[in-house]
Amino acid sequence: MSGEGQAGVVLSGFTNSEEGERRRPVQVPRRRRVGLGDWLLPVYVTLAFIFLMIPIAYTFIFSFNDSLKSNISWRGFTLDKWLNVCNVEGGAVCEAFANSIVIGVVATVVATVLGTLIAIALVRYRFRARSAISLLLFLPMATPEVVLGAGLAAQFLAAGVPKDMTTIILAHTMFCISFVVVTVKARVASLDPALEEAGRDLYGSPQQVWWRITFPLLLPGIMAAALLSFALSFDDFIITNFNSGSVTTFPKYIYISASRGIPAEANVIASAVFIIALAVVVINQVSRAARAKRLAKELG
Amino acid sequence: MAFAAFATSEAQPEAPKKKSRVAFFLLLPGILYLILFFLTPLISLILTSLQQPAEFGDVGEYEYAFNWQNYVVVIQDYLPHILRSFGYALVATVFALLFSYPIAYFIGVKARRWPLLQSLMLVLVIAPFFISFLLRTLAWKQILSDESLIITSLKALSLLAPDAHFTGTPFAVIFGLTYNFIPFMTLPLYTALERLDTRYLEAGSDLYANPFTVFRKITIPLSMPGIVAGTLLTFIPAAGDYVNASRDFLGGPDTQMMGNVIEANFLVLLNYPAAAALSIILMAAILVLVGIYVKRSGTEELL
Repeated sequence: MSGEGQAGVVLSGFTNSEEGERRRPVQVPRRRRVGLGDWLLPVYVTLAFIFLMIPIAYTFIFSFNDSLKSNISWRGFTLDKWLNVCNVEGGAVCEAFANSIVIGVVATVVATVLGTLIAIALVRYRFRARSAISLLLFLPMATPEVVLGAGLAAQFLAAGVPKDMTTIILAHTMFCISFVVVTVKARVASLDPALEEAGRDLYGSPQQVWWRITFPLLLPGIMAAALLSFALSFDDFIITNFNSGSVTTFPKYIYISASRGIPAEANVIASAVFIIALAVVVINQVSRAARAKRLAKELG
Repeated sequence: MAFAAFATSEAQPEAPKKKSRVAFFLLLPGILYLILFFLTPLISLILTSLQQPAEFGDVGEYEYAFNWQNYVVVIQDYLPHILRSFGYALVATVFALLFSYPIAYFIGVKARRWPLLQSLMLVLVIAPFFISFLLRTLAWKQILSDESLIITSLKALSLLAPDAHFTGTPFAVIFGLTYNFIPFMTLPLYTALERLDTRYLEAGSDLYANPFTVFRKITIPLSMPGIVAGTLLTFIPAAGDYVNASRDFLGGPDTQMMGNVIEANFLVLLNYPAAAALSIILMAAILVLVGIYVKRSGTEELL
């Protein structure tokens, strides 16, 4: 798969590492004499981070460019593009953005429900054909996106299904399921079965046990999986391009307009999405660190 | 598999598992979905790749057949693209590994004392994911275009020939692939290095190994699962990518990869059998390469 696909595995690895971090005692490298690595490495890492941020900074800065149709050379600072995002090309950017949101939300809801059920079954139950099912869940993550996209498009073509929003949603749900399973599975596995047993011992019905105990405990994992699915769906281009027909999503809009120039409004939307996503992740990380600190203090 | 290796980091204590019909109903909808929209599309891709043009048909009309010559034709027509895809992906993977390893080592080992700094640096590593994949590639195109500050000043300093270009060259495509997949490399490396027991490193230097030997004999072998996962996560999407190599992005007419010809055949030329045959070749080649690589690197237990 392309970028967007595997981003998922990477991101899910990132969200799940929480469990491991808490249990393991931190090993700090022993202090030695100051060597080459002690200053060279931090300098390199700083430069590398600056390098990684260059295109992001560029996109952000050019969202303030007082550009005409295309947004290539700097023509002066303006806030107009931020204030009137939808005023370009009859709102084509905003329409594409709205399509991406709708597709992302529907695909996320379906993939999260289906993936969570699979994750529970994988951790909690024994069943036949387990290895075949694991393979079926793994393969979509290891298949290049262009193959997934072309395969679905070939199937829709053979079945005579016209390409529209529905086909995009069907495609996005497909590649999100595996990532949901991977993310939620870790959470189910870390769940203490004794809590549910206690619920049953106290005469809770299966529904009560699920809604009052299991589901709330799984919720952080499910939320992480849903955010991941949405991010994957929102930024997907390759699979979308094969299955979208005349419907335009935000990434497809950028691809189509690339030859004639991207309006600055696209930079505005991308920058806004970037800021929101970054804020969510940073707040999450900082509050997690604060909680860990508080817990450490309480435990002495 | 390799991916799960770092997604589910802990070895889970084996809980007593029950056999129940519930499992069937939990699995049914999701597995059915994957069969319908992942497995059957692969089968219909294989069927499409064997089609032949319909008799008296229009452009883009094909009928089912067993026309395996499609494969011979696409290999003859697109051999340079096939080789280019794997060559570019390989070089980009190596660059991404060299670029990412020091970062992952710094975050995972050196920064252990400061957990908040660690997680904020990880956020910086994945930050490029939060801005559109296509826009960040286009940003590089404009930053490195012939009229850009960087290229013009390099030319003024005679570090670059006056008629040299950056965009449209194989180097630009490899650069774009490397940049775009760096986070896929860095995060699995980080996950492996974060678990590295530094006492082994101390034992190495106590036994008078120089830092280079310690790195080569201890750090690298212990981070091997991360290296394998990271290279797979970079190589597979890079080999199938067609955005970086596209003419409107960083590529030119001589840098087209398999993804570009699959897209062109499927969506523009309506030559579905050729596009399908190329897709099957791409997927088969990747599966074979990944299999050999995982076997040779001795990390089969990851799969």
